[in-house]
Amino acid sequence: MSILVNAETRLVVQGITGSAGSFHAKQCMDYGTNVVAGVTPGKGGQKFEGKVPIFDTVEQAVKATGANASVVFVPPPFAADSIMEAADAKLPLVITITEGIPVNDMVKAKRFLQGTSTRLIGPNCPGVITPGGKCKIGIMPGHIHRPGRIGVVSRSGTLTYEAVFQLTSLGLGQSTAVGIGGDPVNGTNFIDVLKLFNDDAETDAVIMIGEIGGSAEEEAAAWVKANFKKPIAGFIAGASAPPGKRMGHAGAIIAGGKGTAAEKVKAMSAAGYVMAQSPSELGTTLVEAMKRKGHTV
Amino acid sequence: MKIHEYQGKQIFKKYGVPVPREAAKELGTKVVVVKAQIHAGGRGKGGGVKIAKSPAEAKEHASKMLGMMLKTVQTGPEGQKVQTLYIEEGLDLDKEYYLGVTLDRATSRITFMASTEGGVEIEEVAEKHPEKILREAVDPAVGFQAYQGRKLAYGLGLTGDSVGSFVKFCAALYKAYVETDAALAEINPLVRLKDGSIVALDSKMNFDDNALYRQKDVVEMRDVAEEDEREAKAKEFDLAYIALSGNIGCMVNGAGLAMATMDTIKLVGGEPANFLDVGGGATKEKVTAAFKLILADPAVKAVLVNIFGGIMKCDVIAEGIIAAAKEVQLKVPLVVRLEGTNVELGKQILANSGLKITPADNLRQAAEKAVAALKG
Repeated sequence: MSILVNAETRLVVQGITGSAGSFHAKQCMDYGTNVVAGVTPGKGGQKFEGKVPIFDTVEQAVKATGANASVVFVPPPFAADSIMEAADAKLPLVITITEGIPVNDMVKAKRFLQGTSTRLIGPNCPGVITPGGKCKIGIMPGHIHRPGRIGVVSRSGTLTYEAVFQLTSLGLGQSTAVGIGGDPVNGTNFIDVLKLFNDDAETDAVIMIGEIGGSAEEEAAAWVKANFKKPIAGFIAGASAPPGKRMGHAGAIIAGGKGTAAEKVKAMSAAGYVMAQSPSELGTTLVEAMKRKGHTV
Repeated sequence: MKIHEYQGKQIFKKYGVPVPREAAKELGTKVVVVKAQIHAGGRGKGGGVKIAKSPAEAKEHASKMLGMMLKTVQTGPEGQKVQTLYIEEGLDLDKEYYLGVTLDRATSRITFMASTEGGVEIEEVAEKHPEKILREAVDPAVGFQAYQGRKLAYGLGLTGDSVGSFVKFCAALYKAYVETDAALAEINPLVRLKDGSIVALDSKMNFDDNALYRQKDVVEMRDVAEEDEREAKAKEFDLAYIALSGNIGCMVNGAGLAMATMDTIKLVGGEPANFLDVGGGATKEKVTAAFKLILADPAVKAVLVNIFGGIMKCDVIAEGIIAAAKEVQLKVPLVVRLEGTNVELGKQILANSGLKITPADNLRQAAEKAVAALKG
């Protein structure tokens, strides 16, 4: 079945007329994603690429097209507002690509989502792709993926591509690849995604890629140790990063001696992950993890 | 973005967070404290905070402190040059506390942390005695509530009028934090004076870079002299750059991959000279600027380029690398690992460029080749 998105996904693109939104909406459509609507306030009534109807509000788009997921390409100052608008329209899934949203805006947006049935992925993430369902929602290069049975979940965009590319080269392919984003406040965390993969009959094993900062990886490791039944490989970026320096991602910082790569690797190894030393070995490490659990690869 | 203590106190004052009076403007011959203003903590232990009992003594401290290389636990061994001093009134302290406000990532809420262990290394307290740090998470829908202030105040053992002062102090601090888009507001020490009032003896404020576009007053407080010259330059080109102490310069797309590249260099026995993320949509101009930044560091003896071309095509990247290498007249060995869209074409362009470029097929191999190139 894969997770989160599939051939049944009907996508509305928020910010479809912006430069990033229009470029990537087109790329998603070319991949096979069913883009049913776009939203740009003030441009309702127009058409994107001559066929996708554009609406002024998300509510109108959902009512008219039956959209069941949205992707947000809206610029940072307005992105949190767009997330809340999608939740207000009762969309079950909102994937936010936008990078650079103020933290306080996300604190409020996340509070707004509490008690709603909307799941947020991101922000500052590459998106979600299910190659078997020809459904790509985000900015990842579609052609490096292939349908398969390995789940990928990551805080980093380009490291997700590394993992995906190696899986494809090994002939394994992906069930679904999920970028959860590198910001300190994000919607869906590692554990949420791992739960979905654990229950997904079409996912045999998982690669999880984390990085320094915060404690999401340690929490995921504790959950995996108690609950996760499938082979799992891991990697943590930032072992050589000095404390107190923000490494590009707003979340990637070692603060007060906490959130180091060494602590995370230790927690994950103890929880049964097979850890890759370098991103060059993501694919082979996954194969090793599968063999150790008695899978033939 | 970081600011100085005196600037943090200006913000505090504006929001009604009590701070000591500024000496030059408001004081006569009372006891004053001369404080070095650098963007690093631990100043007291390093000799950057001195008490003076007369104007003559204050002058003496000031003349010694200004221009000195102040070494603290946070500056690194070479220290940081003191270019600004702040002089304020000395106060009659009764007890010191710690108060900090920052985002708790686990709950996605702005959280107050308070401790009776003020004036010391709070990280050490957090590690050895986590029970000595009181926490209150603020619901963003309603903001900081008085009961939360009382819980903290009584938890710290405050009594009498100090409780009310502390509650007001916290409410004002929360307002300052939210309205300036701070990422950290830390007061160490927070003090109770002999008369029971609560005052911020120190102030450390950091701000969310993503929100600076709507914080003009904060941006004006930026002190470029305190920042690494190359890091400041990188910001102009929208590049994420962090100077490190090694000799292999790195240029990578994506923050996670950039960190992983540094890690791999270290794994195979090398030392990265920098972290540099050129971003997803790197242009020829950006790649050139990145090369110039890397090579401006005299310690760099080899350069490793690691690009996973997704939306960005490898042939376009290859042409950017060649143009940049020619423009900066690259003299150190260059190892390039390209992967992704049009990778064969990209590799061919590099091979035919006439430049001495060492190609690599994966990241580990690239790191090994860069380390080998150092040895000649």
